[in-house]
Amino acid sequence: MISQVQKYLFFAMLVACVLMAAFLIRLRNHAQDRLQAQGTIAPAEMAETAVSAPRTVTLYVPNDLDDSLTAVEKQISLPGDRNAEARVILESLMEAYRAPGSTHPMNVTTGIDDVYFMAAPQGKDASGGGGELAVIDMSSALCAAQPSGIEPETLTLESMMATLHANLPAVTEVHFLVDGQPKETLAGHADLTRTYVAGENTVQGPGQ
Amino acid sequence: MRWIEAGMALGIAAAAAGLQQSPAPPAPQLPQAPPVPPSIASPPPQPVQPPRFVVVVDAAHGGSETGARLNGGALEKDITLSFSARLRSTLHAHGIDVVMIRQGDVNLPTVNRAETANEAQAAACLTIHATATGSGVHLFTSSLAPTGMVRFMPWQSAQSAFVTQSLKLESEIDSALAHAEIPVSLARASVAPMDSMMCPEVAVEIAPLVAGHVTKASPVTDASYQKSVVDALTAALEQWRSDWRQQ
Repeated sequence: MISQVQKYLFFAMLVACVLMAAFLIRLRNHAQDRLQAQGTIAPAEMAETAVSAPRTVTLYVPNDLDDSLTAVEKQISLPGDRNAEARVILESLMEAYRAPGSTHPMNVTTGIDDVYFMAAPQGKDASGGGGELAVIDMSSALCAAQPSGIEPETLTLESMMATLHANLPAVTEVHFLVDGQPKETLAGHADLTRTYVAGENTVQGPGQ
Repeated sequence: MRWIEAGMALGIAAAAAGLQQSPAPPAPQLPQAPPVPPSIASPPPQPVQPPRFVVVVDAAHGGSETGARLNGGALEKDITLSFSARLRSTLHAHGIDVVMIRQGDVNLPTVNRAETANEAQAAACLTIHATATGSGVHLFTSSLAPTGMVRFMPWQSAQSAFVTQSLKLESEIDSALAHAEIPVSLARASVAPMDSMMCPEVAVEIAPLVAGHVTKASPVTDASYQKSVVDALTAALEQWRSDWRQQ
């Protein structure tokens, strides 16, 4: 036998459950609406913050004939994110490689997959602060387009390191990957297994 | 045992001599020291063999590793091998011993190349490369910072103890090539197995000659161009031998 009190208690709990379920469904719908509203606004906001006003960057363009790097200034719009900024700067350098009449001709369309930063193990920047190690993840297309030889390969690495250091002075060391993986050489000569010191221009002019 | 006995004998003789110099008290009569074998007391001077002047020549690439493809379809591995053979013949003719690291179309690991060079204890090491870009001859030395020599050098940076000498050798080659009116460029680079070599090491990369004021256009495969580079390298190594003997 079920007592009258137990029956009332059972129905009261049932009504409470239904009310609670309705309340939770309403809360979930509110949260969903709020997220959707944010999602429609976000792209516009991101577009505003992603690309800043054009800035002057320095590109170090190699010259195969005299083993030199020439500083060239260029106005480009850079994204706010530092990794993307470094990638855009290096892609701009690739444009200089494939430009008509280039002194370091390379037919490469997308040369840099990504650039990552981390604290350099032992480096210090120009101000004496802790330096940064930049890991440049190159595409295999760049390696395929790279003319083989000590001179052209060394110039490519030197120009990327000098350009990165000129525009992001905190970068004191650079390591290279290809398609996210370590590779022995760029195109049969220049060593990619070691970490290079950035800002230390090892390329000299003719006869120096 | 012979060394120990001789030492004891010398010690006794010295003690006896010291006692004889002091005036008083009179020294007791010590037993006569046995004659010291002359071979132990003063070893006869051995004729000193002057160290051999050896040049290691490493023709880069080989086998499946073809290196650069030059204008006209020639492969870098073939150019470096033929050039190295020509350089060896010329150096032999000038009385310079040569150790060739690669003799045929084989792909030698970089570790083996460095091992062969280090075992030769060479006075100079040249690594021969060829490229289709640039003009003239590119000379490269290791980008490692110079350090002092220690008993055990790290394999990856063994060249650091020889960087100063490598730069001097590079300077000799630069002068000889400039004398032959061949355009030269100098740079530092990190190219295997250069950093593991324990000898004055220069990588010689031969590029085509671009027509200029004093030069006429020549491909890397041009025999007369190669001969002028070989002659310049030989002249530089003869000068290096002369400097090396004076050290």
